[in-house]
Amino acid sequence: MTAQTAVGQAPDLLYSEAEEDLRAAVRSLLADRADAPSVIARTESDTPYDPRLWTALATGIGAAGLLVPEELGGQGATHREAAVVLEELGRSVAPAPYLTSSVVATETLLALGAQDGPVAGLLAQLAEGRKVAVLAVPFSAASAGTPAATGSLDATLGPIADAAAADVLLVPTADGLHAVATDAPGVRVEPLVPLDLTRPLATVALTGATGTRLADAGASARAVDRGLLAGAGLLASEQLGLAEWCLTETVRHTRERHQFNRPVGSFQSLKHRMAQLWLEVVSARAAARNAADALATGSPDTPLAVAVAQAYCSKVAVHAAEECVQLHGGIGMTWEHPAHLYLKRAKADATAYGTAGRHRETVAALMELPAP
Amino acid sequence: MTAPDAGELRRLTRELLAAHPPATTGRTDFLKARFDAGLAWVHYPVGLGGLDAPRSLQPVVDAELAAANAPDNDPRRIGIGLGMAAPTILGFGTDEQKQRFLKPLWAGEEVWCQLFSEPGAGSDLAALGTRAVRDGESWVVDGQKVWTSSAHVARWAILIARTDPDVPKHRGISYFICDMTDPGVEVRPLRQITGEAEFNEVFLTGVRIPDSRRLGPVGEGWKVAQTTLMNERVSIGGARIPREGGMIGPVARTWRERPGLRTPDLHQRLLTLWVEAEVARLTGERLRQQLVAGQPGPEGSGMKLAFARLNQEISGLEVELLGDEGLLYSDWTMRRPELVDFTGRDAGYRYLRSKGNSIEGGTSEVLLNIVAERVLGLPAEPRNDKDVAWKDLSR
Ligand SMILES: Cc1cc2nc3c(=O)[nH]c(=O)nc-3n(C[C@H](O)[C@H](O)[C@H](O)COP(=O)(O)OP(=O)(O)OC[C@H]3O[C@@H](n4cnc5c(N)ncnc54)[C@H](O)[C@@H]3O)c2cc1C
Repeated sequence: MTAQTAVGQAPDLLYSEAEEDLRAAVRSLLADRADAPSVIARTESDTPYDPRLWTALATGIGAAGLLVPEELGGQGATHREAAVVLEELGRSVAPAPYLTSSVVATETLLALGAQDGPVAGLLAQLAEGRKVAVLAVPFSAASAGTPAATGSLDATLGPIADAAAADVLLVPTADGLHAVATDAPGVRVEPLVPLDLTRPLATVALTGATGTRLADAGASARAVDRGLLAGAGLLASEQLGLAEWCLTETVRHTRERHQFNRPVGSFQSLKHRMAQLWLEVVSARAAARNAADALATGSPDTPLAVAVAQAYCSKVAVHAAEECVQLHGGIGMTWEHPAHLYLKRAKADATAYGTAGRHRETVAALMELPAP
Repeated sequence: MTAPDAGELRRLTRELLAAHPPATTGRTDFLKARFDAGLAWVHYPVGLGGLDAPRSLQPVVDAELAAANAPDNDPRRIGIGLGMAAPTILGFGTDEQKQRFLKPLWAGEEVWCQLFSEPGAGSDLAALGTRAVRDGESWVVDGQKVWTSSAHVARWAILIARTDPDVPKHRGISYFICDMTDPGVEVRPLRQITGEAEFNEVFLTGVRIPDSRRLGPVGEGWKVAQTTLMNERVSIGGARIPREGGMIGPVARTWRERPGLRTPDLHQRLLTLWVEAEVARLTGERLRQQLVAGQPGPEGSGMKLAFARLNQEISGLEVELLGDEGLLYSDWTMRRPELVDFTGRDAGYRYLRSKGNSIEGGTSEVLLNIVAERVLGLPAEPRNDKDVAWKDLSR
């Protein structure tokens, strides 16, 4: 694509009725199973994920299989629906391996184009929520030319997001893509202490591990790229949901909290900050929807749409979470109030699947705006 | 008669194009024919430029006309008439007023200006002091207006004036249509930051306005003005812009064509602004889609804020990017332009003119207040001017 290419068919930036229905279902599930106190409690336990929440989300609502075609055992929906699920997950910072397994790993496998065999088998298990898979590349890796993480199945990799919850690791090596069971001999998953308590990280140590080779090196590289592109594009929706929660809660709090004999939300210096944030959230929505729609329609504009969404939404999510902490005053610094969970998620998300700066480099390349 | 649907509008538009081929029809003639066909603003009543169709179907007509390269009514020239006077006249005018004013306004034959702001009343517009005193079938108007864009080319003005100083400020205002050629109307150019004079001071001395040119009831001018101001702020965002269609376009072109100007710092800033301009474009597109789907969102109030800041930052970057050339300015000659020319002139002009984007039509500070209170529902600041007669307010 070049700078001169006209934008083709205009993207659909709204939400369909079916998407709103899906949102309502996910939201009510999360309100039940992942309210703030239970998310905080969960982060302090040994099992970061609530298996009942995952079963309800993945199987009950069928969210895990949204991207997987019906003939492969999924729902045959698109990235637009998956994006709505991620908005809701962002809004509740619920710990669930959705982005890593149901989007990135799933999209990587789908990119291999298999109709049967081990790839199709694994996809069906992921779609039904019976297994969780993660791509064994560092969580900070961006799409476009990410090198194979390791030369062989003897390596230490990390930090890998959600590896602790995974049944299967997708390991790209110099000779292809391998599916390695986390309980196979020679595989050690060692939890790390993450900044974002709601998305566990781990190191994966492979020593003479064996697995199933799913693709050769060329196909593997393309598939990993595709998985990471979808991950980055839909991460923008998670960031949007997160930012929206922060703004809504901050507005609610400042309307109720009184100082100087009036609600602090009536002070103009605060109102302007929240109005500015509102504008950023509204803009983030357009950017995130554009990326989701481009992925869903297979638009040639996808790499740019994803880079724009990531370059923009990372900043908005962090800004919203930082304002949320600040405008809550002392309460925003406490462990009991959930604001810190959002700040930690936002800040970690800003590195996940490539920083904003990394995505701006992609914009520069695609739009022919080269560095000096 | 039932309202036409999209297919019917498409058919009518093609009929218009066939009867008045754009290639051989003059701009004004084409626009008048379009008005008569009811395709000017399809949601207006039949006979007044519309067909009583849903507003959301306007894009169907616009797209057909754009594809046929039909002449449009350059909004820079007739922005105030089209964007602000027309919806106000439609909402509050008498039948006679609608018949008289809408068509020449639409076709750009008559330019309009807005006599709202005064030296003592800008953001606090309702504090205005220009007086209108009843005298038989007329009103006699005395006062001074300021920052009046296009007053030097305008045939008509929308005017708000105080008709009752003894009630609180919002309640004693009435709304008029002022003939700019009447005796007592004096327009003096007010030179601006760019060197030219797009706006003016307007002195009103014993100007007689017939009561038949009052819009809305006596004393309810503030309510009428709300319609004008609301339309002023949302008149942006309706049009579809292509990628790099705004101010970012010239900067990106310069960057591509002149590698010698590139520095690492400028590159970082350019990319950040490029992304923000693209996101603003998408936000505008989303707003447009919401309008078409009949679910207008509050995004409109944000678009003016976003574009003001972006225009200023992008044009500021452009001046720096141009290096030595950025130190120069095309022409400081005092002129009285008919249009604001954002793209035809140089970077320095763009930089200076865009400073007005966060002041004209409500400052960014005032718009942030509006978003905070009306969209987010944050409490208003305490105020002490609500129940005091205008004449007793401190000035
Ligand atoms: C290029 C241009 C063209 C214009 N064209 C027209 C026209 O055609 N017709 C017309 O009637 N007017 C026109 N205007 C006037 C414009 O609408 C006013 O300038 C504007 O509303 C601000 O009013 P003011 O200039 O009196 O500034 P002030 O109201 O005095 O504001 C001064 C500063 O105080 C801030 N401020 C004021 N109130 C508040 C508040 N409540 N909270 C926080 N900050 C506040 C403002 O944001 C600003 O920064 C034009 C202005 C410009 C720049």
